[in-house]
Amino acid sequence: MSIIQIEHLSKTFDSKENQVHALNDVSLSIEEGEIFGVIGLSGAGKSTLVRCLNLLEVPTSGTVTIGGKNLLELSKEELRRERQSIGMIFQHFNLLMQRNVLDNVCFPMEIAGISKKTARKKALEYLRTVGLEEKAKAYPVQLSGGQKQRVAIARVLASNPGIILCDEATSALDPQTTRTILELLKKINKEYGITIVLITHEMRVVEEICDRVAVLYHGHLEEIGSVQEVFGNPKTRAAKSLILARQSEQLEEEINREVEYGNV
Amino acid sequence: METSDIFRMLWAGTGETLLMVFASTALGYVIGLPVGVLLTISDTDGICPHPLLYKILDIIINITRSIPFLILLILIQPFTKFVVGKSYGTVATIVPLTIAAVPFIARMVEGSLKEVDHGVVEAALSMGAGKMTIVIKVLIAEARTSLLVGVTIALGTILGYSAMAGIVGGGGLGDIAIRYGYYRYETGIMLITVLVLVILMQVLQWLGTLLSKKLDRRRG
Repeated sequence: MSIIQIEHLSKTFDSKENQVHALNDVSLSIEEGEIFGVIGLSGAGKSTLVRCLNLLEVPTSGTVTIGGKNLLELSKEELRRERQSIGMIFQHFNLLMQRNVLDNVCFPMEIAGISKKTARKKALEYLRTVGLEEKAKAYPVQLSGGQKQRVAIARVLASNPGIILCDEATSALDPQTTRTILELLKKINKEYGITIVLITHEMRVVEEICDRVAVLYHGHLEEIGSVQEVFGNPKTRAAKSLILARQSEQLEEEINREVEYGNV
Repeated sequence: METSDIFRMLWAGTGETLLMVFASTALGYVIGLPVGVLLTISDTDGICPHPLLYKILDIIINITRSIPFLILLILIQPFTKFVVGKSYGTVATIVPLTIAAVPFIARMVEGSLKEVDHGVVEAALSMGAGKMTIVIKVLIAEARTSLLVGVTIALGTILGYSAMAGIVGGGGLGDIAIRYGYYRYETGIMLITVLVLVILMQVLQWLGTLLSKKLDRRRG
């Protein structure tokens, strides 16, 4: 049985003038221990999809089943408990700015009712995992973007999750930092066996760490399969246009490099 | 009047004023802080949206805030008398001051709490935090600098109001300024009183700014 199962998921946002169908009858399943990517252009519904996985966004119709439990049938209290085992990291890190790094990592353990002493000990361990133990007493404002995301990852580990959702987790970072964060996610996936669902608009992120990928286009699931399958032999226009965008991006990078070296 | 008498009077007046200001601000926060929290979380993008509750609170606050303080002071005299037993003097003035402070404080608290990045609230929700935890450990804790600036503004405003209460025998420095300066044309005493008020305001502002800066971790 898949760890995450989405069936006929739809989400419509009502505004005064019109309705926006952010997700349209999306069904997919994600296996335990895999790194699953969801890619699409902005406005494709990726963020809505990942937010439906912990019900930060409540779907209009369809079901979200995690570890055999249908989230939509849970009581508020049960949902809170379930959320403690689904970690989430964000594009803008979303750390508590008035708490130092250590207390940020302690926060989910505070919520879970773990004693302060135990929490601090564990928090230091998680900070060691992400390579930031020497920054325990620093405040988020003193950290770089990459360091903030590491703290966010340590914080997510603190809730001892089975699943980590990444909402454009590397989109605010430069390519070099992106790579180190992706390496870290890979390591966590291997060492802790945590399933990772990551959404992104950057193909290189998917290429770098995902096992399987789903392509979203205007709220529809266009294509799903292994990264090699989808990117090597795209069947839909949405996937093809993503690959074209990636190629032009690579070309641009190459030109920039040449310009930098003074070859042009 | 002997200089020592004037000094004694001003000393007592300052004490009365400080009592009124701090008591009303404290009581104002006892009611205003929860109301501000309710406004924040019941608004459409809050953690438990409740448009009707928000609208009701919104209207009540707007009504009470639009009544000039001097009118409010007179309007609620029967109520003040019912609560304190008399409608003049320092303790009695705390009642209208508190009533004027609550809606004002609630609005400032709302403003401060809404400054907290929604992403951080979302992160706490994703960790399975309950509403109380989010209010106390995320909203209030993250907005503490802004909340403290609000406290300073509230103290300053109430200080101004407390002086106005002198018109109806409210006690404190305002009372002295009005009795001596306005009714008896003793401009000297009035000016000294105003000077003391100015100093009080400066000290409050300085302390408030100092404290909020000291507690702010967002500056490296």
